[in-house]
Amino acid sequence: MPYQKKEFPNRFTALQKDAMQNLLRTMIRIRTFESRVEELFLNKKIPGFVHLYIGEEAIATGVMANLRKDDWITSTHRGHGHAIAKGAQTDRMMAELFGRKTGYCKGKGGSMHIADFSVGMLGANGVVGGGFNIAVGAGISSLIKKTDQVAVCFFGDGASNRGTFHEALNLAAVWKLPVLFVNENNQYASTTPTSFATSAERIADRAKGYGIEGYTVDGNNVIEVYNAASALIEAARKGKGPALLECLTYRIKGHYVGDPEKYRTKEEVQKHFVENNPITRYINYLKDKNLITDAEIDAIQAEASSEIAAAERFAEESPFPEPEDALDDLFSFSPQEFPEAVR
Amino acid sequence: MRTISFSQATLEAMQEEMRRDPTVFVYGEDIVRQGGIFGQFKGLPEEFGDRIRDVPISETAIVGAALGAALTGTRPVADMHFADFIGVAFDEIANQIAKNRYMFGGQANIPLVIRAPDGISKQAAAQHSQSVEGWVQNIPGLIVVAPSSPATAKGLLKSAIRQNDPVIFFEHKVLYPQKGPVPDGEYFTPIGKAEIRKPGTDVTLVTYSIMVQKSEEVAMELEKEGISVEIIDLLTLKPFDTATILESVKKTHRCVVAHEAVVSGGLGAEIAARIQEKAFFHLDAPVLRVGAKDRPIPFSPVLENYIAAQKDDIRKAIYAVLYREG
Repeated sequence: MPYQKKEFPNRFTALQKDAMQNLLRTMIRIRTFESRVEELFLNKKIPGFVHLYIGEEAIATGVMANLRKDDWITSTHRGHGHAIAKGAQTDRMMAELFGRKTGYCKGKGGSMHIADFSVGMLGANGVVGGGFNIAVGAGISSLIKKTDQVAVCFFGDGASNRGTFHEALNLAAVWKLPVLFVNENNQYASTTPTSFATSAERIADRAKGYGIEGYTVDGNNVIEVYNAASALIEAARKGKGPALLECLTYRIKGHYVGDPEKYRTKEEVQKHFVENNPITRYINYLKDKNLITDAEIDAIQAEASSEIAAAERFAEESPFPEPEDALDDLFSFSPQEFPEAVR
Repeated sequence: MRTISFSQATLEAMQEEMRRDPTVFVYGEDIVRQGGIFGQFKGLPEEFGDRIRDVPISETAIVGAALGAALTGTRPVADMHFADFIGVAFDEIANQIAKNRYMFGGQANIPLVIRAPDGISKQAAAQHSQSVEGWVQNIPGLIVVAPSSPATAKGLLKSAIRQNDPVIFFEHKVLYPQKGPVPDGEYFTPIGKAEIRKPGTDVTLVTYSIMVQKSEEVAMELEKEGISVEIIDLLTLKPFDTATILESVKKTHRCVVAHEAVVSGGLGAEIAARIQEKAFFHLDAPVLRVGAKDRPIPFSPVLENYIAAQKDDIRKAIYAVLYREG
């Protein structure tokens, strides 16, 4: 589907070589984590459901490189990549997926509710479109406390059809909140193609209805995502209000691990994986510009592999919670203080 | 003690808490330009500027954003305009607000208050007359309160705002203009504690919100017939004060629960169940429930009165648990 390209200032070129390589490092860490999670799930080490971010790494990476630790994000059911890019530790993430006591949510959340409030990651969300208004609320906090913190809401193409999308964008626009809405248009809402389920030609076009700026970028080009997010996040931080950034990407894996994927062909997936792999594309760019060597790439991959192996060991060696731990954490007070509340 | 209205009492609670803590703010539909449909926000805009805000008609955003704000270091008070509109924001209440703290392993507190004017008033018909505490009773993770007087309105609202957990504050629309004594100086009505409005020995009458005064009127009348009714005002509907109820039932051996909400699946069912679990052999009669008939609230006053629970229904239930002819 064609779209109008917006030329954002190329702030990427101002980055040091290290920072450029760090974008690659983040993408490779996400890919390595997700690939291992897939294997572990199929080996029945991970219960429940997992939704993988493979093929979409450039979006979380390019956006998060423009955020501070005290900025906030809301995530989706496909949230591992967001958490890693925002600064969550992969060992505590893996422990959560394993249902262990040392996990971010002490085993109460799992993949769909992974969160790390210490780095402003306000949670994956099991309800599609559940994050919009949480991000809006974070933006309100910024206004009430008179800080310059920004909230970024990640959401899929399917979520743009929820009513929450409408109410959140309208309220954010009316109050000029510092919120960036980042759409990850991966072409499928579960099994339903975006072209079937979404009335607008481009999700970014919907911004016009709220009187805010909306742009579409190639979400598998980390440089494009970085530059667009840089401009829009800076504007939000300066009080210019919200914007909508649609990042076109492709969901390489099924909706969840185990999805029989009867709604598309293997050839379609393979074509995207070969021709539109965000990591390969970025490596090619960096090599072309002599910004990275093969040895450096190998070192980044080796580092990521050993990090994820260590995360897996940490998870596996961590204890499960005690059964009665299931009663804790509902309220700010303890069950002993208020026994009626946990009856 | 001073005598002020229920709406003035809630206003004082807001003023005191907003003066004390700059992270407390309030927003809702028509609360700045109109001062709230019952005047319960009058004067706040002059004092607190943009910490009181009108919002678009977007209940989902009102409640969802309150969660986001609470998770990130502020203490929002969100006004629902009418409790009935909780339905519009039900996912935010049931799946987000109530669950976030738990499913994230206690990483963040959720200090927010949802103010929800409820109840039958002025023939507002089916979509503006409900008592919807039953909708939220079944959701772990929420605190639900319902004041019955100006004094409890102020004390409970202050407690709710200081609570580090989500609180739904049901305020009955008929109560707003009513006046009553309110203590001078700062005070709090504790969450989770019922109050005995009137001690008695023959029947325990568990009630809350608007039905407290109706219960008091019935109890006064029955006193003349030699029936001594103990009235328990729940104040907190979730988690409610089982201990106070059981203690009273063990004394009176009879219990009636009265609320304005429909009987089926209502709070009365849960209260009756707990009494039979914990005090079955103390009972001399089945626990009876008084509430609205299982219909939406109709418009015409004749129909509305028929569906709603009346004082006479409370009286009949008390006679019944005493095995007396009404």
